[in-house]
Amino acid sequence: MRLSVMLTQLTYGMVTSVEIFLLTLIFSLPLGLLVAFGRMSKNKVLSGIVKIYIAVMRGTPLMLQLIVVYFAPFYIFGMNLSGFRFPAIIIAFSVNYAAYFAEIYRGGIEAIDKGQYEAAKVLGYSKAGTFFRIILPQVLRIIMPSVTNETITLVKDTSLAFVLAQAEMFTIAKQIAAKEASVGPLMVAGLFYFVFNFIVAFVMDRVEKKLDYWT
Amino acid sequence: MDNHLLEIKNISKSFDGEEVLKDISLTVNKGEVVSIIGPSGSGKSTALRIATLLEKTDGGTISYNGRVAFTDESGTVVYADKKELREISRCFGLVFQSFNLFPHYTVLKNITEPVILSGAGREEARTRAMDLLAKLGLADKAEAYPGSLSGGQKQRVSIARALALKPQILFFDEPTSALDPELTGEVLKVIKELAALNMTMVIVTHEMKFAREVSDRILFMENGVVHSQGTPEELFNSNDERLMAFMGKLEA
Repeated sequence: MRLSVMLTQLTYGMVTSVEIFLLTLIFSLPLGLLVAFGRMSKNKVLSGIVKIYIAVMRGTPLMLQLIVVYFAPFYIFGMNLSGFRFPAIIIAFSVNYAAYFAEIYRGGIEAIDKGQYEAAKVLGYSKAGTFFRIILPQVLRIIMPSVTNETITLVKDTSLAFVLAQAEMFTIAKQIAAKEASVGPLMVAGLFYFVFNFIVAFVMDRVEKKLDYWT
Repeated sequence: MDNHLLEIKNISKSFDGEEVLKDISLTVNKGEVVSIIGPSGSGKSTALRIATLLEKTDGGTISYNGRVAFTDESGTVVYADKKELREISRCFGLVFQSFNLFPHYTVLKNITEPVILSGAGREEARTRAMDLLAKLGLADKAEAYPGSLSGGQKQRVSIARALALKPQILFFDEPTSALDPELTGEVLKVIKELAALNMTMVIVTHEMKFAREVSDRILFMENGVVHSQGTPEELFNSNDERLMAFMGKLEA
């Protein structure tokens, strides 16, 4: 195989990996906030269900979750969803990462002094106003280092999509490596993840500094 | 109606079966300055928190300008509806012991945002805030973040923040307890100036000398009841043993 063909294929895989990464973040970050609210709800039934959901998401392998999300509709209902490989991957990643992000949000929200809520209440802020204007900006600053960690893990976790034969970076690199009996493609893949994460870390560092404008 | 701005009748409160407030009543007239003193755990702050609707009461009645925030006349405590409570909340302001400024807002925004949310225009809010900051000697701190201020400056900002909403009565919950002795003076001076302007205030404090100077009336609370009350002179010249012991302890 010519080098240019190989690189073209790897580039194609790279784009898919970045897509999985971005879509997962877009869905799991807001979803995680909702999950955190559910987890902190005074409603015991709701918080109980959410607790179980988080426990399952964190307690079982993401690879297994990917397989279940993709194949369960077929095994249970006999539905043929073979065209929905990519959506299945995004769903599995999003609900998994939402669980982790939820716990990060919860930690941040619980770290805010209750005096902030009381001051807001006495000053006439509504519940929503208090959360979005007063609490959330402070929470975001607190949780940034943890979010960065999780985001870096996500970059590497996108490679798990190989288990559903999604043509992302790792899947393609593995295929080419096997076909060509060469370790080169795997090296390229490794370099890709490393550079990707280098960029992620750089961007997150900038965001962190931006959120830290008041100290 | 008379000039009763705040009327508290028979409020009570327990936490986990422990009676923190047994039976507290207090009437505050317009322009009056009332200090509440007493040992730690006597229920002073809890009473203030119930009056400012931060804590639910177990019993009793509170009204501002005759508007009832909650009452237990029917046997159980009934709070006014949300809308009415919001309206009533506009009557009072509260200055916290720990300031509770919003750290991610500048001093100016800390003061203006609540004013804007209350329905005033941006320009109006800014004018009010800058006026207050100038009066409190903090005009040059408008664009600073609370984290860069001293404790005394923070507390003055939080007083400005409360005043900007033009409350009819201002509560202080141990406003100097989180401050170095050196910094308490600048905050107490501000409160004295407000008293001179006839601001109605209820102040929970441990500063006896200050309470004596600024108050029209002092309440001595202990074990969840008002042990005694009167003008500063009456209380400081009292022969009551418990009261003398408390004052003596603090002045020593």
